[in-house]
Amino acid sequence: MTEQAIFQKLSEIFSDVFDEDIVVTAQTTASDVEQWDSLTHITLISEVEDAFGFKFSMKDVLGMKNVGEMVDIIRKNT
Amino acid sequence: MMTGPTFHQLKKMDRNSALPPQFKLAVLGDCATQLLSTAIRGYASYIGLGMDVFDADYNQIDALVMDDHSELYDFSPDAVLLQMCTQKLYEGFCGTALQDRSSFAESVFNRIRGVWRRIGSRATILQCNFPLLDDGVFGQFGNKTADSFLFQQRKLNYLLMQGCQEAKNVYIIDLDSLQNQLGQGAFSDAKLYYIAKMPICVDALPVVAKRVLDVVQVLRGTIKKCVVLDLDNTLWGGTIGDDGLGGIQIGELGTGHAFSDFQTWLKELKNRGILLAVCSKNNESAAKEPFEKHPEMVLRLEDFSVFIANWEDKASNIRKIQQTLNIGMDSLVFLDDNPFERNLVRSMIPEVTVPELPEDAALYLPYLRQLGLFEAASYSAEDSLRTDQYRTQAERSAFEASFHSYEDYLAGLEMKAVAAPFDTFHYPRISQLTQRSNQFNLRTVRYTEAEVEALARDDSHICLYFTLQDRFGDHGLISVVVLDKLPQETLFISEWLMSCRVLKRGMEEFVVNKIMQIAVEQGFRKVIGEYLPTSKNAMVKDLYEKMGFTRRTENRFEADPAHFQYHKNYITEE
Repeated sequence: MTEQAIFQKLSEIFSDVFDEDIVVTAQTTASDVEQWDSLTHITLISEVEDAFGFKFSMKDVLGMKNVGEMVDIIRKNT
Repeated sequence: MMTGPTFHQLKKMDRNSALPPQFKLAVLGDCATQLLSTAIRGYASYIGLGMDVFDADYNQIDALVMDDHSELYDFSPDAVLLQMCTQKLYEGFCGTALQDRSSFAESVFNRIRGVWRRIGSRATILQCNFPLLDDGVFGQFGNKTADSFLFQQRKLNYLLMQGCQEAKNVYIIDLDSLQNQLGQGAFSDAKLYYIAKMPICVDALPVVAKRVLDVVQVLRGTIKKCVVLDLDNTLWGGTIGDDGLGGIQIGELGTGHAFSDFQTWLKELKNRGILLAVCSKNNESAAKEPFEKHPEMVLRLEDFSVFIANWEDKASNIRKIQQTLNIGMDSLVFLDDNPFERNLVRSMIPEVTVPELPEDAALYLPYLRQLGLFEAASYSAEDSLRTDQYRTQAERSAFEASFHSYEDYLAGLEMKAVAAPFDTFHYPRISQLTQRSNQFNLRTVRYTEAEVEALARDDSHICLYFTLQDRFGDHGLISVVVLDKLPQETLFISEWLMSCRVLKRGMEEFVVNKIMQIAVEQGFRKVIGEYLPTSKNAMVKDLYEKMGFTRRTENRFEADPAHFQYHKNYITEE
C-alpha cells in the first residue's frame, strides 16, 4: 500500500470515528481534533487495526506522537 | 460467528437515538466501563429499546452501593450491571497470603454478595461472571490444587451461580462462556487493559452488550415461546415425499446423526417449556409418518403443540399456528433450511424471528446454540407441562363442537379453580407469568421472584393466584391479582393478568367475583381498577366495564363491592 493510500484510508477512518470530515496529514495530532480523547483513541486504534489487519503493540499505542508515526507503524506491519 | 453490528455502528446508533427511555441501567465496574456503556446504549437502540444508562466512574462500586444517597440510587435504576474483571481478581489473589488462598473464592463471593444485599430490592442485579484466566503457574495441575488461581476462579464462578439461586433478583451475565465461544484472543486485547483498564476488546463489546440486552429483554417480557419447524432437510436429511420412510436420514443413516442431535436439542427446549410446532409443505399423512413409525426419530407427534402440513404458503400457516396457540407473533422462531421460505416469512411477518440457518446441517446446532434466543428470567416445574396444556386445547375444541350452546359446553367442562394467597412454592411461576403475559394484562407490571416474595410479605397488599383445571387437564396457575389497600377503605387492583389459554371460560368473572367477595369480607367499600394501554393489551381495554365496573376517567374504573352484581359462571371453587 502506498503512503498516499494509507493517508487516504486513515482520513476515512478518522472522519468516521470523529463524525466530521477530517483530512489527516503526517503532522496531525490529538490536539488538532476536538473529540480526540483517551477513549476515542481506543476506538480509533481498534478501527485502524481492523482496517489494516494487524495489531498495534502497547508501545506503539503509547508512543505515537502524530499520524505520521502511525503511518510508519502501519507500513512496518502490512 | 460474530455477526451483528460493530462497535462503531452501535456508537452511531447511540448518538442518533431518539427513543424515549423505557429502561434505566446503571453500569458499575472495577475496570473501565465507558465503552461498554456506549455499546449497551447503542445495542438497545439497535433493537428498538430506549435506554437510559448511568455509567459510574472507574472503580466506584463500593462508594456508590454503600451510600444510600449516592448518584446510583438517585438515578433509581431498573437494573445494575456489575462488571468486576478477572485481572483485578488476580491482583487480589496474588496479594492474598498463601495460607488463605484455598478460601479466596469464598471471601470474594462474600464481598460480592454484600454488594447484592446492599442494593437489595432497589434494582435487579446483572452480575458479570469472570472470564477464565489461566495464569499457568501450576500448569494443568492447577485443576488439582485448591491453592491455584485457576481453581479459585472456577470456584468463584460456581459460587456466583449458587448464590443467585437464593438472591432471586440477581442474574448472571455469562462472560466466561462468551469468551469461551469467541476465544480469548477475540474477547480481550491485553494491551487495552494496561493502557485503558479495559478487560474486553472493542470488537467484542457488541456481543457483550447483546448478552446484557438479552437478559434485559426477558425481564421486560420479550420471550420466545415457540419454535416453528420445517421438516425436510431441517428435522431430517432428505425429502420424505421422495425418499420415503427408509430413505430419510436420521439416526445412523448418512448425515442422520446431526439431525438426531438437533432433534434432541429441540426436545430439551420443549422440556423446559418452549412449544414446538410443525409448518411443512407436505401431505399431512406423509409428514406425520416418520414421527409415528421411524424408530430413530427423537421427536414424536406428542412433542408438538400444532402440526400443520399442507401446500399453502408458510406465512399463512404460521399465522394459523400463532392464532391456535394465542401467543404473540414476536414470540415465534421459525427454522427452515430453505432461504426462499425464510425470506418469504421475514417479509410477510417481520415480527417472527427467522435465524439464517447455515447450509451445512452439522452447523445448525453450533449456530443456534450461540444465538441466545431462549433466554429466560424464570423457570418453574410447570414449564415442562406446557406442551400438554396446549395439546389438550385441541381436544377441548372437539368437545365444544358436540354441544348446542356455549353454556352447556362450559358446564360440561367441569371446571374447578383455586384462589389462594401467594406461597413460596408458587413464587417462580407467579413471577414468570408477570413476565410472559402481554395481552390479558391490565397494567403490565413485571415482577422478579424477589419482588413477588416482597409483595407476599407486605401486609398492605392482598396477593392472589388462581389455578384452573377441567375434565381434560390442569391449566396450572393461570391468573395473578395484586390488590393494594388504600386509605378510605379502598382496594386498588394494581396487578391483574391472566394466561390467554383460559379466555372465554368464565375465569375473568370468577376472578372479579373473588375480588368483590374479599373486599366485602375485609370491609372495603370501593374497588378501583385501572387499564394502562400497551401495544399488546387492547383486548382488556373495556374489561372492567364489561365486568360491571363504572368508568370514572378514560382508564380508571370503580365498583362498589356491597352492591356488586356477582357474575354467573361454571367454575367451582375448590
